[in-house]
Amino acid sequence: MDKTISFKLNGEAVSITTDPLRRLLDVLREDFKCHGVKEGCSEGECGACSVLLNGEMVTPCLIPLGAADGQEVVTVEGITATEKGDIIVQAFADGGAVQCGFCIPGMVVAAYYLLSRNPNPTEDEIRLGISGNLCRCTGYDLIVESIKLAASRGGDIWKK
Amino acid sequence: MVTEDISKAIRRIDAVSKSKGTIKYLSDYDLDDYLWGRLVRSSIPRGIIKKINLPDLPEGYFFVSAKDIPEGGKNYLHMIATDWRCFADGDVKYVGETIGILCGPDKTLLEDLYEEINIEYEEAEPAVSIDEGIACKGGAFINGNNIHCSLKLEVGENVDSVFARADKIIEETIETGFQEHVYLETNAAACKKVGDKYQILASAQCPFYIRKSIAPVLGIKPEDIVVQQTTTGGAFGGKEHFPDVLCGPLLLAAYVTGRGVKMIFDREEDIEFSVKRHPSKVMFKTALDKDGNIMAMDSKVYYNVGAYLASSFVVLQRGCFHVTGCYKFPSFRTEGFGVATNTFPSCAFRGFGAPQTLFAVETHMCHIAEKLGIDPLEYKSRYFIKQGDVTSTNGRVVERVMIPEMLNQVLDASDYKRKSREYKYGSGRGIGISFYNHGGAFTGNGESAIIKAKLRLHKYPDGRVEILCGQTEMGQGFHSIMPKIVSRVLEIPMEKVVFDDPNTDRVPDSGPTAASRSTMIVGYLAEKAANLMKPRYDKEEEFEVETNYEHPEGYPWDQASFQGYAYLGYGWGVCVVEVEVDPCTGEVTTRGIWSSHDCGHLIDELIVHGQTNGGILQGIGWASTEVLENVKGHFKQTSISDYIIPTSMDHPKQGVYYVENAYRWGPSGAKGMGELVFNGSGAAYIDAVSRAIGKRISAIPCPTERVMDYMLHGHDFKEEF
Ligand code: FES
Ligand code: FES
Repeated sequence: MDKTISFKLNGEAVSITTDPLRRLLDVLREDFKCHGVKEGCSEGECGACSVLLNGEMVTPCLIPLGAADGQEVVTVEGITATEKGDIIVQAFADGGAVQCGFCIPGMVVAAYYLLSRNPNPTEDEIRLGISGNLCRCTGYDLIVESIKLAASRGGDIWKK
Repeated sequence: MVTEDISKAIRRIDAVSKSKGTIKYLSDYDLDDYLWGRLVRSSIPRGIIKKINLPDLPEGYFFVSAKDIPEGGKNYLHMIATDWRCFADGDVKYVGETIGILCGPDKTLLEDLYEEINIEYEEAEPAVSIDEGIACKGGAFINGNNIHCSLKLEVGENVDSVFARADKIIEETIETGFQEHVYLETNAAACKKVGDKYQILASAQCPFYIRKSIAPVLGIKPEDIVVQQTTTGGAFGGKEHFPDVLCGPLLLAAYVTGRGVKMIFDREEDIEFSVKRHPSKVMFKTALDKDGNIMAMDSKVYYNVGAYLASSFVVLQRGCFHVTGCYKFPSFRTEGFGVATNTFPSCAFRGFGAPQTLFAVETHMCHIAEKLGIDPLEYKSRYFIKQGDVTSTNGRVVERVMIPEMLNQVLDASDYKRKSREYKYGSGRGIGISFYNHGGAFTGNGESAIIKAKLRLHKYPDGRVEILCGQTEMGQGFHSIMPKIVSRVLEIPMEKVVFDDPNTDRVPDSGPTAASRSTMIVGYLAEKAANLMKPRYDKEEEFEVETNYEHPEGYPWDQASFQGYAYLGYGWGVCVVEVEVDPCTGEVTTRGIWSSHDCGHLIDELIVHGQTNGGILQGIGWASTEVLENVKGHFKQTSISDYIIPTSMDHPKQGVYYVENAYRWGPSGAKGMGELVFNGSGAAYIDAVSRAIGKRISAIPCPTERVMDYMLHGHDFKEEF
């Protein structure tokens, strides 16, 4: 049965009347055209669909839309529109983090989530921070280096 | 502007749009007016289709199958061979074989209808493994012997006569398993009639392959089909021929329904029902003299091809050409066999048959050395091939081989010699080393006889230059390197060089994006074209130049006998891996990974670095955790929670090194490298693990439980083989 679900999406109040059991992933992609949210596995394993739900990193391929009612969702589109997000994007571009790109929006979300909590992560902490995000192209090293670059370039910004 | 050394890293042109998620993959296109397609597949590995029971299809829903192929159409896909049927007709040969395509506007309803389809079969006994294929289990279904294809190579004195006087003969079998590509973007394609042509959108490596492959289904010409590549989220060979398997049925569905039809695989579907790396079995017989020197090496190479040949003979050939690795033996013979089984056909995967035989020969060499009590490095060093030496196909190595220089780099970085001395066999610590190569581009005269690559550069009045060729970006960075090559020659900013995803109606056919040939062959054509354009660039408003591939003179190749110069430029690699193995659980921790590669002059050091990291990790995955079993024709692992690829936590940061060895016929001296970097890490990893546990490992993948198994029941290095 359809229901009206209201939530905050990338800072804006939105609402939609639909089946609340639909996957949040589908609603974000199909109804709100957040195409940066990628579907890589549909089972919570690859992290390509990562978004922030009330500030926590989650995989919306496993979450029914209803769970977002009254909550706050931030996607890669929302993150990369911020100064912090842009620092990550530029660091990924300069650091050679990007190959086929399919895992990358999820990696950007993971990097943002990590740096927002830990402005100065060690190599191991970065590796742990992106361990829920699979990448088949890069072998991860240049993604890790790029996150280090974003940390140093951002400096105090990450503490705000 | 790229005027300084071309190796200096630039920003990839797609890096920002990919990071922001604004670039469009096929699943991001607005194709709302297209019907959804769903492949209906065989659920048994072998048998006769007795009856297809379809539910009542509501209006606007269709089931399209072989019977819908129009007069003049043919039920096959042209993938080098033409045996892979677009639709099973009468019988099925493997689990997942396409029987039909169900189409309709509502995806959920389509799923429900799909669930209601019931197909009745008369089942036959399948052959699944290489051994079952050779034994013709259930009766041969190909050529009366289940051998799809075979070849034989010999160098030097006949091995049988050498064996007769050998001091010792060592026989050993090395096996490798299936590997799934796990490109992060699953397969996706769409087809619609636009005007008088069929338009295909596809996540694919080779747009020209698709149109050639599927045109016979409607009995039309390849030119009647336009293929537009869409941003491709990884491929690794898995989107070389396989998109044809989606596009053939989509083409027929578009013809029958008069509508656009699209298909996006979900992950489970993609793992269960797509091509894989060929499992292999290599049986060595090696003759030693009284001092343990190799007098002759004989091998039989078996690849599990699956039900259809498709591109596999070429894969097998490459495998056999690489079975001598980086070595020169006084006498050598190999016989290769492509074995027919009732499994999903195997196809291209990074390395294209070379990784299997390279893994085999590296592992076999280690085992001989260890039996003799010699450090594998020292033993292997005795046989390194050099410039001018005879190759496995009786050609010569044309270029300088810089293995000694590469070796020095990794020895220094890894401290191999000390560790190899100090870590005792079975001590729980181990260090391993491997040597490997990869012949760049198509074998022999394939580039001039078959591919005949063409490229055009178009100058526009506003000064922009467009690169027109069929090469695709699939993550490897090609659409960034090409503008770099052109911009450097023309001395114009990179931003003025345009290179879009290819559309077969707009660009000339420059051959497939495969075989590590794109930079080496097509990049060279771009450099040549830019040189032709340069003197005219300022003078003329708008014009085009075209370059065609020309094979260097003096390097003959005979494709009928596989004799001559198979490759003019090889990539070369050395890899060292260090591990620690938990004596109670068999769990392996990687302590270090170091590699050095010769890929000519690097076009972009950061792109090459990224390719190296990714290839090496994929190779270690293949050798360690990536278990894909086929039980009675069904793949047992069907998701990425049970098919385990490396995560960011599994292996440490790699040390990567390169040597400078400019290639005569490559752009700025570059050679191929995309496959090379996959070819050797698995062998180095397994060498390290087997030394750590003190047991010979002769089959991969080798995940924790198999390491444990080897620890408990494996053979010591000193035992007889
Ligand atoms: S698609 Fe959600 S985790 Fe993979
Ligand atoms: S860049 Fe391709 S999966 Fe990460």
